[in-house]
Amino acid sequence: MSGVRLLVGTRKGGFVLTSDEARRNWQVQGPFFAGWEVYHMAASPAAPERIWASQSNGWFGQVVQRSDDAGRTWAAVGNDFHYADGGPADHLFYDGTPRPFEFTRVWHIEPSPSDPDVVWAGAQDAALFRSGDGGMTWSEVAGLRAHPSAAGWQPGAGGLCLHTVLLSPLEPERLVVAISAAGVFRSDDSGGTWKAANRGLSSGGVLADPDAEVGHCVHHLAAHPSRPETIYMQKHWDVMRSDDGGWNWHEVSGDLPSDFGFCIGVHAHEPETVYVVPIKSDSEHYPPDGRLAVYRSRSGGGEWEPLTRGLPQEHCYVDVLRDAMAVDTLDECGVYFGTTGGQVYVSADGGDNWACAARDLPAVLSVEAQVLA
Amino acid sequence: MSAGAVSGGAVSAGARPVRLHLPAQLRELAGAPAEVGLLVQGPVTQRTVLDALEALHPGLVGTLRDRRTGRRRAFVRFYVGEEDLSNASPDDLLPEAVARGELAYVVVGAMAGG
Repeated sequence: MSGVRLLVGTRKGGFVLTSDEARRNWQVQGPFFAGWEVYHMAASPAAPERIWASQSNGWFGQVVQRSDDAGRTWAAVGNDFHYADGGPADHLFYDGTPRPFEFTRVWHIEPSPSDPDVVWAGAQDAALFRSGDGGMTWSEVAGLRAHPSAAGWQPGAGGLCLHTVLLSPLEPERLVVAISAAGVFRSDDSGGTWKAANRGLSSGGVLADPDAEVGHCVHHLAAHPSRPETIYMQKHWDVMRSDDGGWNWHEVSGDLPSDFGFCIGVHAHEPETVYVVPIKSDSEHYPPDGRLAVYRSRSGGGEWEPLTRGLPQEHCYVDVLRDAMAVDTLDECGVYFGTTGGQVYVSADGGDNWACAARDLPAVLSVEAQVLA
Repeated sequence: MSAGAVSGGAVSAGARPVRLHLPAQLRELAGAPAEVGLLVQGPVTQRTVLDALEALHPGLVGTLRDRRTGRRRAFVRFYVGEEDLSNASPDDLLPEAVARGELAYVVVGAMAGG
């Protein structure tokens, strides 16, 4: 009988939630790395017992750990994230002054879909790292910061972070990353060279040139593995869609009550079914009217329906952060998200009905779902 | 390793037994007890003690000192007894009581909770 394992990163440690395929009863293990901020935990599709965790705190910095036994034991991998020589020394700080690129933390870990020893790490300050030896050594993918715009990248409110890495099994040399608040960049030669992929994004009121090549506050990207050309984006404002792998974007916010938000997800079996959690505004990070709702579009955006059954519909003032939504690949697609209030919500029926799998965790930073054989 | 902890290898004559106290978060990370026993060869300074610690527990590299500059991380403090040595030169000799193993060298996460 199969089951599901959720990897939940929080402000004060990592948690592992497990259930059988009914996804009704959840066992909670943790906290792992108690007291550390766990920005992300991710499992290798090629070796499901191998799990990565990115932990950091203000005292002791950033550590990536790896478990090869599904989280029972952990060990620090090599943690020398050294920026490559030759890249720009500085980016722009909030006030427009130059600020040196400095490694702070790993926001996102993206294991290779085929090789358990290959893993990518998205870092703050914006850089992409790759390990080909199970994390023992890391090399910056220097071509990204060689992009001529890099010296002009400015941080979003959370820092100058590379938070999204899209890999495609169908296009193994393609990499798509997103940086807040620089935008989307795409490589078609395994990271050797990169182009900005932000045409069609519009950031009026934020950028002097609302259609600038870079400078857009992209919050998250999602794509279905079978459709690498179709990418969905939750931008600071606007839900966007590209049908050419990121080169051109158009808005699909449609009838959402707010097109501000952080997370976005795609149904495991329906590439045109998309999920977002609208947040009221950039200054009020909670659901409109204090009612928590996932919005689902079955048409690839544009038309959205609220999914509220089982979610709090009054006095709810949590946020759902960019990496805190996931789907599973069971026949009836499971959808999951975690909140800054410490709840992990589960739908075992594609979003129609929701239940709380854990209620009082620390603020949730990330959720990943694994289907267990 | 510069001055060197001994982690299973031969112990040179003259190695000094140093006790180092780790904060809880680093104990878990290193899989180490609260108090780590180190053998430090040569002069017993903050640098040689921390080098010895990192040689014994490589997972701690970068958590106390910047990997590149070797400087103490901002919210890490070092104490011996009541004395805060955080801003002392890393190459100053530590008190003889530390080199004799009578006093522990203490690593502390600074009070920085706001």
